[in-house]
Amino acid sequence: MITSERTPLLCVDNLSVRFGSTDVVRNLSFDVHAGRTMAVVGESGSGKSITSLSVMRLADMIGAHYPTGRINFAPEGVAPRDLLTCSRKAMRSIRGKEIAMIFQEPMTSLNPVYTIGDQLAEVLILHESRSRAAALGEAERLLSLVRLPDAGGLLGRYPHQLSGGMRQRVMIAMSLACRPRLLIADEPTTALDVTVQAQILDIMKDLQAELGMAMIFITHDMGVVAEMADDVVVMWEGSKVEQGTVEEVFARPRHPYTRMLLGAVPRLGEMNSHAYPLRTPLTMLRDGELVSEGEERLQDTADYSAAPLLKVEDLSVQFDVRKTFWGRVTHRNFAVSRVSFEIYPGETLALVGESGSGKSTIGRTIQQLQEPAAGEVWFDGRPMSQMKLAERQRLRREVQYIFQDPFASLDPRRTIEESIAEPIHTHGLMEGSRAIKARVGELLERVGLDADMAGRYPHEFSGGQRQRICIARALASRPRLIIADEALSALDVSVQAQVINLFMDLQREEGLAYLFISHDMAVVEKMSHRVAVLYLGQIIESGSRGDVFERTAHSYTQRLISAVPVADPTIRRDRSSLNGEVPSAIRPVEQPPVILPRHDIAPGHCVARENK
Amino acid sequence: MIAFIMKRVIQAIFVVIAVSLVVAVAIRLTGDPALMIAQGATNITEADLERIREGLGLNQPFIVQYLQSLAGLLTWQFGNSFVGGTSVTLLINKALPATLALAFASLFVSIAISIPLGIRAAVSRGRWSDQLIRICSLVGLSFPNFWLATMLVLLFSITLKWLPPSGMNGMQSFIMPALTMGIILTATNVRLVRTTMLETLNAQYIMVARAKGLSERKVLYKHALRNCAIPLITYFGLQFGTLLGGIVVIERVFNWPGMGTLAFDAVAARDYPVLQAVIMILSLMIVAINLLVDIAYGLVDPRIRTK
Repeated sequence: MITSERTPLLCVDNLSVRFGSTDVVRNLSFDVHAGRTMAVVGESGSGKSITSLSVMRLADMIGAHYPTGRINFAPEGVAPRDLLTCSRKAMRSIRGKEIAMIFQEPMTSLNPVYTIGDQLAEVLILHESRSRAAALGEAERLLSLVRLPDAGGLLGRYPHQLSGGMRQRVMIAMSLACRPRLLIADEPTTALDVTVQAQILDIMKDLQAELGMAMIFITHDMGVVAEMADDVVVMWEGSKVEQGTVEEVFARPRHPYTRMLLGAVPRLGEMNSHAYPLRTPLTMLRDGELVSEGEERLQDTADYSAAPLLKVEDLSVQFDVRKTFWGRVTHRNFAVSRVSFEIYPGETLALVGESGSGKSTIGRTIQQLQEPAAGEVWFDGRPMSQMKLAERQRLRREVQYIFQDPFASLDPRRTIEESIAEPIHTHGLMEGSRAIKARVGELLERVGLDADMAGRYPHEFSGGQRQRICIARALASRPRLIIADEALSALDVSVQAQVINLFMDLQREEGLAYLFISHDMAVVEKMSHRVAVLYLGQIIESGSRGDVFERTAHSYTQRLISAVPVADPTIRRDRSSLNGEVPSAIRPVEQPPVILPRHDIAPGHCVARENK
Repeated sequence: MIAFIMKRVIQAIFVVIAVSLVVAVAIRLTGDPALMIAQGATNITEADLERIREGLGLNQPFIVQYLQSLAGLLTWQFGNSFVGGTSVTLLINKALPATLALAFASLFVSIAISIPLGIRAAVSRGRWSDQLIRICSLVGLSFPNFWLATMLVLLFSITLKWLPPSGMNGMQSFIMPALTMGIILTATNVRLVRTTMLETLNAQYIMVARAKGLSERKVLYKHALRNCAIPLITYFGLQFGTLLGGIVVIERVFNWPGMGTLAFDAVAARDYPVLQAVIMILSLMIVAINLLVDIAYGLVDPRIRTK
């Protein structure tokens, strides 16, 4: 361990960052030492990303000013410099060479029109004046360093030919090209699947040890912090509220905000030995004090004595992806293959799986946004394929969909009243503008907003509020089933905890059933009565929450669970067993996927045969 | 990519057939050329008119005439002009290069001005240079092209005597007509470049390029510009059609010996073979340009090429 008596590599001292007349970061100070990882934690709007962009002086380009502070950068053997007073030219020679950065969105971080090789070589040509051939040779070495197979072949490929995880590895290779002293990683794994996230985190840790560089790791995920960090800075509304080593911060959080943040994190395994999901009280921050709000209650709402509300039987959905010149389909995405499940009134069934597993496709098919290739969906005992147009329309009223992105799923040019009232108009549920207005107000209050907000536009609300508005809109048509497609994924943890409770309260009071589609194992464990694990379009394990999480039978489910970072720095698991990419469900038409036989290993606990 | 191009070529063939059919029908709705030719002569009988029609090949059924004109397009033989009997092929061979040269010169002027200006405006969004560029482009947009052409002639030919007022004689005679067309196009192009550039500059990979330590010039012209190319190429391609239409007027003003002048005279004389050939060739040009645009997509964007 490196002692802190040595000069820190990076010393952020009393930094304030201002956009226009608002201070986004206020009087922030922290040190980063060589070889150590500093996690900067906070929710959206905390100023953590702006801090990282300020260190790179990239925030200048989106209009930032620095009214106070210094950012002292003192690599060994070089005279220390204040980055805030560096010239543009000096900054360009530091960027990419001595301080490198990885961004959140691997899908959009690489320029789509240049090859991987060109983009990697560019840094080496720029900072190390290598020839193009030498740079490409080094690029190949870097790609194998981040454990990408066929590094030589990758040089000539384009970003769109790579998966998200592969692209993020290319980004890491690119950022490490000139052996930087400091690597800034801004939510580098947030957009990735858990198993891929685990691999990326492993690679980053290994390379950090190998190169001896310092790292600033920006994240909102306490699990990732526990996994990666040596030191932690917690930011809240532009200021630092807590700082310490990772063990200190997790074991003895001092600031109420940190305690709230840690309290809101759903932890995998905390529901062990509970038969039902548990609605837990929220720990909220009110005027600097922590208060506990709401009741603790078993969510025993599922009515298994009734007939299933929704029954899906041998559902298959396929998309044609490649055709010959004459229009003959050669490759097909076998997105969903013979999936069966049922949902009872008042029950929450979770569909979990990684990207491409077909979980959203199932939801979209039930909502009639997608035609099934085979199989049947029964709602309330009626088969969907036999329904007349009017019946199908009524089904659209009884099943409502909530999407992942609360920013994109509300029309920005309509007031929220118009958005919420739309299902009421569409299905002719009410007459008279006064009655509808009253109903909208009631719905807004139902989801914890004020009725007099109805005249506002979506941009006036935060992400969590918008998701509440989307829930209100879904409730407007008095549905019996709500499909929540990653509805919590885009929300901050504290907001997420509130929305989870809202979902549970609505379930209890309205008798709603949920099809809860998610990749987040911890949230699924907290919310659902039963769980179905999807892999490449097939359910490979299903059962009660306890069955799937505590008596896990399938190795893939085990891998998913073990990949979830644990919000406890004292447990750092070895996950060397995780390897490889999430495979694709796109196959030649002549080779449809093998349907794995499933059998019950206990009543209600069904497992597919392992595919060896 | 090959399949993609093949598909577009087949589509283009159908477009050409459809356009030529419309042209052939529409021209015949405008009146009887035999009457035009016979105008002024006294004592014309129906038999005389019939003889004129026979001489021009107009007595044959429409479908035969149409197929002949299609075959003409393939063999580049368009028959003889009704007026004076000169070979239409000869007329076209002289006029087409003149028009194409002017069209490309105009497009070149416009692109050469609008790309740097549009990028400048995007980078300095909201600041004075952006405002200035936008105001100038609005002023440029509001000029009618014939007025601009006349003003240029007044200034550079009559007052300053720097440039020839009309005709096609060497490089300098290109300056005014190309500038006139170019400025009008530039006005819209600057705004288009600015908008697409603004969108591209928001992309994550631009921030990544900056984080690599690249100079602003490299970021803009290497990383951003090529990503703007798809909408720009699309628009420039569409513009080529407008350009060919607008050139008819400009050619009159500058007395340019191109397709526009040829078409103008042919309309006045109801000279079917010339008019039909001009319109068919111009539409063939537009179809060809759009085909090139499609191919260019594949060249600039690997996501289309490697599909």
